[in-house]
Amino acid sequence: MYSETVMEHFRNPRNVGEIENASGVGEVGNPQCGDIMKMYLDIKDGIIQDVKFRTFGCGSAIASSSMATELIKGKTVEEAMQLTNKAVAEALDGLPPVKMHCSVLAEQAIKSALLDYQEKSGVKIEGLEDFDPTEDPHDHEVDED
Amino acid sequence: MHSLIYLDNAATTKTDPRVLDAMLPYWREEYGNPSSIYQLGSRAKSAVENARSQIAAIFHAQPKEIYFTSCGTEADNWAIIAYALANRTKGNHIITSKIEHHAVLHSCEWLEKQGYDVTYLDVDEYGMVQVEDFRNAIRPDTIMASVMFANNEIGTIQPIRELAAIAKEKDIFFHTDAVQAVGNCDIFVDELGIDAFSLSAHKIHGPKGIGLLYVRQGIKLPPYIHGGAQERKKRAGTENVAFIVGLAKALELAYKNKEERLASIREMRDYLKEQIEKNIPYIRFNGHPTERLANNLSVCFQYIEGEALLLSLDMEGIAGSSGSACTSGSLDPSHVLLAIGLPHEIAHGSLRLSLSEANTIAEMDYVVEKLEEIVDRLRQMSPLYEKVMK
Repeated sequence: MYSETVMEHFRNPRNVGEIENASGVGEVGNPQCGDIMKMYLDIKDGIIQDVKFRTFGCGSAIASSSMATELIKGKTVEEAMQLTNKAVAEALDGLPPVKMHCSVLAEQAIKSALLDYQEKSGVKIEGLEDFDPTEDPHDHEVDED
Repeated sequence: MHSLIYLDNAATTKTDPRVLDAMLPYWREEYGNPSSIYQLGSRAKSAVENARSQIAAIFHAQPKEIYFTSCGTEADNWAIIAYALANRTKGNHIITSKIEHHAVLHSCEWLEKQGYDVTYLDVDEYGMVQVEDFRNAIRPDTIMASVMFANNEIGTIQPIRELAAIAKEKDIFFHTDAVQAVGNCDIFVDELGIDAFSLSAHKIHGPKGIGLLYVRQGIKLPPYIHGGAQERKKRAGTENVAFIVGLAKALELAYKNKEERLASIREMRDYLKEQIEKNIPYIRFNGHPTERLANNLSVCFQYIEGEALLLSLDMEGIAGSSGSACTSGSLDPSHVLLAIGLPHEIAHGSLRLSLSEANTIAEMDYVVEKLEEIVDRLRQMSPLYEKVMK
């Protein structure tokens, strides 16, 4: 059902944990749906120095979080803003259609943490104006058939 | 690497080699069609009828009350849909429960689309249908009730005798899906007073692809599969001779030494439960504490999700199942876990382990050791657990 890359990230997830006094923290999803992602960002000079996550969810939710952290670590805030759920899914060598919402959740978790950073630091981040952290990630599943 | 520890016997079972041996001749030499008049055919016919007689004896039924089907699902569909369609002039109302297998639930939902009225009975926190709720649900236009014998997810055994007695008093056709109960419970049709029951061979170390429907003599149930005159014109299609022989053998083995076998399985199950309880915090066991299948253990681990748990167990060579949304193919966790009142987030962390006599106490120790590691690892990753720890 899952690609070898998904299983590898599920077995050995990167960047699990939390960052004390993080520059930005984002949490998306809800326990009713069975997945919650929490992302911690440490940002200095516009660069993501460190990123950690905690996820309650299925194998693909954990793998998507892990992959998303790898994709943004060491990148600029602007580059992190460009990360799409499709890029996360592609980096994982694909996700089953019913699991695409996990990659959406990962993208939302990052944007949500960046939004928190923007609020805390006052640094304006372009592209966050339209971001809605409460958007239902499951709505994206239909597109993937 | 351990060899596979199989704890998903409620999903399916390993075919018993004695069952396989009993079946093989019906492909190799005795491949005749039971409807053919030459000796090869009549020997196949005899094999089918002998199997029917042996099976009927196990349930204290008559051979002519046993109809072979392709699976338990077909038997459920047949009993429910064909009976409802044939008795529409008598009434429009059907009673079932919220925790039925989809074979029953979706048959009832289909009937609703045809204009029938279905009552889905609630269950209590242990997954038990309340006898008085059943009595109160009966209306003048109630024609049929179908309540499962034992639940596949949480193992709770329903008060079938009491429900059937009420149905009889009110002249309602009473069917029970006994797929999980077979081999675990005695199903004596007269003692229980049931009108029909379904079962499947592959839950009791028989082959996949064969089941049966018992229908009490005198009850008019029209055919559901139309065609030839097989099964006394009630279920068309060439008899699956080898599988019918396999079903009979599997049932014979399941009911031979049943008590000793179940005692050994129950002992392992109880040990497993005890060890989980002792070693892992924040858990909840599901189903009735005493009125339950000997081989079923259903447990929810808080703050983690069931699919991640199953994948992790699989990596350690342990096969189990879960009622989490991720394994149900929908966004909601199992309807059974929701019906017993579990919140979604708890239901997502469910694990069902179902044993067979092939398991050992040493395997249970290994499972608990691995479960402890896995649950802890997933909890360390969970933002819900992070909140608990703080």
